[in-house]
Amino acid sequence: MIEFISSLVPEDLAAHAPALLIAIPMLMAPIAAFMPSGRIAWILSILATGFSLVMAIVLLSQVQSIEGGAVISYAMGGWQPDAGIEFRIDALNSMVLLLVSAIGFLAAIFSWPTVQAEIRDAKTAMFYAAYLVCFTGLTGVASTGDAFNLFVFLEISSIATYVLVALGATRDRRALPAASNYLLMGTIGASFFVVGVGFLYAATGTLNMAELAVRLQGVQDSKAVFAGYAFILVGLGIKAAMFPLHQWLPNAYAYSPSFVTMFLAATATKVAIYALVRFLFTVFGLEFSFEGSTLIWILMPMGIAAMIACSFQAVFQTDVRRTLAYSSVAQVGYMLLGISIGTAAGVSAGLFHLVNHALIKGALFMALAGVVLTYKGTSLQDMRGLGRSSPWTMTAFAIGAVSLIGIPLTAGFQSKFALVNALFEHDWWWAVAVVMFSSLLAVVYMGRILEAVFFRAPTNPNKRHKEAPLIILIPLWILALANIWVGVQGGFVAGLAEDAAASLFIGGAP
Amino acid sequence: MLEFILERGNYWAIIALMMIGLYIAFAATNLIKRLIGLGLFQTSIILFYTSLARIDGGTAPILFGNDYKKDKGHGDDYAAGADHAGDAADAAYGAAKAYGEASIENVYSNPLPHVLMLTAIVVGVATLAVGLAIIVRIREAYGTVEADEIRAMDLEVAIAEAAADTERGKAGTV
Amino acid sequence: MSGEFAIAAALILPLLICAGIWLVGRIPDLREGVTLVGAGALFFIAVTIALKVSAGEPVELSLGEAVPGLEFAFRAEPLGALFAVVASGLWIVNSFYSIGYMRGNRERNQTRFYMCFAVALFGAMGVALSANLFTLFVFYEILTLSTYPLVAHKGDANAQRGARIYLMTLLGTSIGFLLVAVIWTGALAGSLDFVPGGLLQQAEGLTPVVASALLLLFAFGVGKAALMPFHFWLPNAMVAPTPVSALLHAVAVVKAGVFTILKVAIYIFGEEILNATASREFILGVACFTIVTASLIAMTKDNLKARLAYSTVAQLAYVTCGAMLADPAGFLGGSLQIAAHAVGKITLFMCAGAIYVATGKQNISEMRGLGKRMPLIFIAFFIASLSIIGIPPLAGDWPKYELMQGAADADLDYVPYILIVSSLLNIAYLLPIPILALMPPPGSGEPAQYKRPGGAPMLTVAAPCFTAALCFIMFFAVGPMSDFLAPATGERVPAAYMTTPGGQP
Repeated sequence: MIEFISSLVPEDLAAHAPALLIAIPMLMAPIAAFMPSGRIAWILSILATGFSLVMAIVLLSQVQSIEGGAVISYAMGGWQPDAGIEFRIDALNSMVLLLVSAIGFLAAIFSWPTVQAEIRDAKTAMFYAAYLVCFTGLTGVASTGDAFNLFVFLEISSIATYVLVALGATRDRRALPAASNYLLMGTIGASFFVVGVGFLYAATGTLNMAELAVRLQGVQDSKAVFAGYAFILVGLGIKAAMFPLHQWLPNAYAYSPSFVTMFLAATATKVAIYALVRFLFTVFGLEFSFEGSTLIWILMPMGIAAMIACSFQAVFQTDVRRTLAYSSVAQVGYMLLGISIGTAAGVSAGLFHLVNHALIKGALFMALAGVVLTYKGTSLQDMRGLGRSSPWTMTAFAIGAVSLIGIPLTAGFQSKFALVNALFEHDWWWAVAVVMFSSLLAVVYMGRILEAVFFRAPTNPNKRHKEAPLIILIPLWILALANIWVGVQGGFVAGLAEDAAASLFIGGAP
Repeated sequence: MLEFILERGNYWAIIALMMIGLYIAFAATNLIKRLIGLGLFQTSIILFYTSLARIDGGTAPILFGNDYKKDKGHGDDYAAGADHAGDAADAAYGAAKAYGEASIENVYSNPLPHVLMLTAIVVGVATLAVGLAIIVRIREAYGTVEADEIRAMDLEVAIAEAAADTERGKAGTV
Repeated sequence: MSGEFAIAAALILPLLICAGIWLVGRIPDLREGVTLVGAGALFFIAVTIALKVSAGEPVELSLGEAVPGLEFAFRAEPLGALFAVVASGLWIVNSFYSIGYMRGNRERNQTRFYMCFAVALFGAMGVALSANLFTLFVFYEILTLSTYPLVAHKGDANAQRGARIYLMTLLGTSIGFLLVAVIWTGALAGSLDFVPGGLLQQAEGLTPVVASALLLLFAFGVGKAALMPFHFWLPNAMVAPTPVSALLHAVAVVKAGVFTILKVAIYIFGEEILNATASREFILGVACFTIVTASLIAMTKDNLKARLAYSTVAQLAYVTCGAMLADPAGFLGGSLQIAAHAVGKITLFMCAGAIYVATGKQNISEMRGLGKRMPLIFIAFFIASLSIIGIPPLAGDWPKYELMQGAADADLDYVPYILIVSSLLNIAYLLPIPILALMPPPGSGEPAQYKRPGGAPMLTVAAPCFTAALCFIMFFAVGPMSDFLAPATGERVPAAYMTTPGGQP
């Protein structure tokens, strides 16, 4: 099917796919901001993200056209690297781009009823403009091959995110301090990142990531490089919500508009983890990252701490969105654990979980958006009995929950299986025990929600409609069925993750 | 030892500014002060990059004299290649890039970090603008811009919510 | 019917039944008809599969790979075929019983009830016919999830609490231990297939420590086998309506658990490696401890279903015991116990349910003299009790005999004593019930009155009588059954069997 779609796109367009993927949403954003009605802005964002999705598919087919993954190098504006900025798409990028654009597209489609309900009419057009800017930033991070350009796109997406989160104040004013905190921590993170890039530039004289990889071979002992490595790790760690730098996430996810939570949960931290992987494996290279044992001693304990601590915190929450937010941090711990193993199998498992988790949390938060739309509240008490009054929404939620727990035939099971397999091959028994323990905690906190939804009598007095509207249900079920599809026929996604991991281990330099 | 410290005076200043900025961002209770700290932090980064750009004996990176006559086209040839950055680096870096056959007579400072910092300044301004806008809205919603007062108010709401939830939990049990 | 088609049919049929029940849910008679006809067809297919297996035909089906390395594959072998036949056959009986019980008790949500039953049987068929650990694990979880609504059926606070404990224990042990064991096996052996003689023969790096740890993970990971200390979900699941307890907690769910342990012992570890594994004796000890302790606890319970639940825990440990004896007689004893105990226990549970429907009584102390009003029930109870105790000519005798034989083969002296003590305890906690009901001592007072006019529904009486008769018939079928199971359990001492009824050497 990928070949079919990419064959529909004319050659000239396909040649510029990397640039168009980012440019079109970016151009649509100011146009959407000036639209008289929010509905037109909504249509524009669907068109823009849909176009980006097609471009991402084109890129994927181009990358997959060569065995082992081609590397597409696109010089922006015709300026050659490393003076010019290069967009470099390989197996890892194309997977992340496909994920972000697909989620962005589905999110744009389902957003209209929730945005109408939660955002003031006058601001809706601006809201969609901010969304498109955020989307641009995220896809830009995933495409670029220049370190400073990555910072720029990262900040583009982050600033738009702060705005989007703050717009949740219409529903709950606690969104504002949450956005302010997020702004503070996010800016510090991005600034740390840019300091790190500065050190790298000082040591090598280039900002192009592929060129950096080559030049860093010669300066491995430089303290500037070490400092740069540390700053980049911490900076991207803040963005990726690596424990203990995750404090901004629960509040931001809990109080922002439902659509924003869904989009962020499925994409923002994933893109930051992608950036981390890109720097650790491609720019710094395996030997540097592992030789100093820094990866093991930083990523792995933080991953494990995230899994345990945040799963526990998730158990004690009364609001479902906060539970899922803490659960997201714990799942980021899984991904970091997989990456820190340092073998192709481990990184592949971590990346596989990255994609699956996006599908899982996307479905869960989308279902919650439907709940907020019809019932207004998301505490555990509010969720009681919803299984009967909105069966379609809640069944999709149940599929996502079951996938999060890791029941067979779902996506979450596949990635957990792959992760534990990789851990066994690497002889990390204790890590297996931690993974299983946090899975049990997931059973507890998701099981509680499911029990309230399906087996308790309703207490929520706000019953405006019975079921979420179709425009929410269809993307929701697409995501839920995607979970099951990956669970039963995971070959495609697992293949993407394996190719991505393999491309990292061949060596980043061309 | 003293020369080591004095030679790197600019970096000490940068570190001091960075730490002061960070400290303010964490420790201040007034939200506006936090933003100021953040701005200070970002300014120190700007200084860091421009420090990197400075070359001993280098002048402003505008072609003049003999260099100017050679090539009137836009600076594809004179881009980052010929200049070197970073007297902070201990080791040698990779080969210099020379586009075409250009050989430069005068010594210029590196323009690239300045360019990067223009971008960073813009980013900083945008962040500041958004941050201040959020603070304005916080003032409207909470009536204060002190972080601890806001947290106290949120805590009250959270406690009330939790109490209401437990009530409903008891009432609704079948 | 080709082997492939038979397996596919065995799997799809329960799902079709479920769909059919949903479609005609409004018309109770039609809905029950779907269940009965479907169950009959499933039994027919299971018997066909068993016949093919005994004829040596390959009966396999592969549904492709979920992820490279994890295949959905099915293969029928004697043990699995036996389990499939027992489960599907008893489903028919239980369906008749359910009709009588659910209507007699005027239970709600009957459509959901029958649908979940069908899905549970789907899970049981999948477990029985699986060809590798991955498929088995998937269907094992399906079985857990599909029986959860059945346990929580009544919907009140008690039922929800019991169901929650049920789900948490089973999911906890399966995700926490069993999944780890499965993945570890895959990492060691490079594959997850069930291989005659043991998959782990192919494994490199299988030190005794690793094997011991793996065996421990498997034994405690299979929570459905109710090995102590993970047995407590079973008494807690007794909040379910009695048909659920009868089929699932005497036949499908618990037998899937001990079946898994047997399959792991025979096809993953294999006799040789199992004998060399240190923790085997530990688990054997735990199983014996479970047998005795659960029987003791059963004696203290006045609630009939609770007593039967603990009795089930004890009887299940027989199978684990047999698996851990690691010789052909032990394996055979365990396999026979799957069938014999299923038939016996389902009878006991069905009697308990009939008593509840008729009189509303759940406690044994209130059942004195009830035999006057319900003679057939208590005679069936009596026969099934004798089977559980292990008295010939009833089915429960042979498993005990084989287990003692296996213990002798393995040079373990204490096991036969445990089995004898267990029989004595069984007598103590099972026999008083029918005897005091049928022949109450003078001065016991009036037996309990019927709550439901007309007493127990006819179906709820006929079904246990039928299965009690099965206990008797199965005694004579043990010869063919042992021959059928021989390819799986290995060659045993042939002289022990006589094909004439009665008599032990």
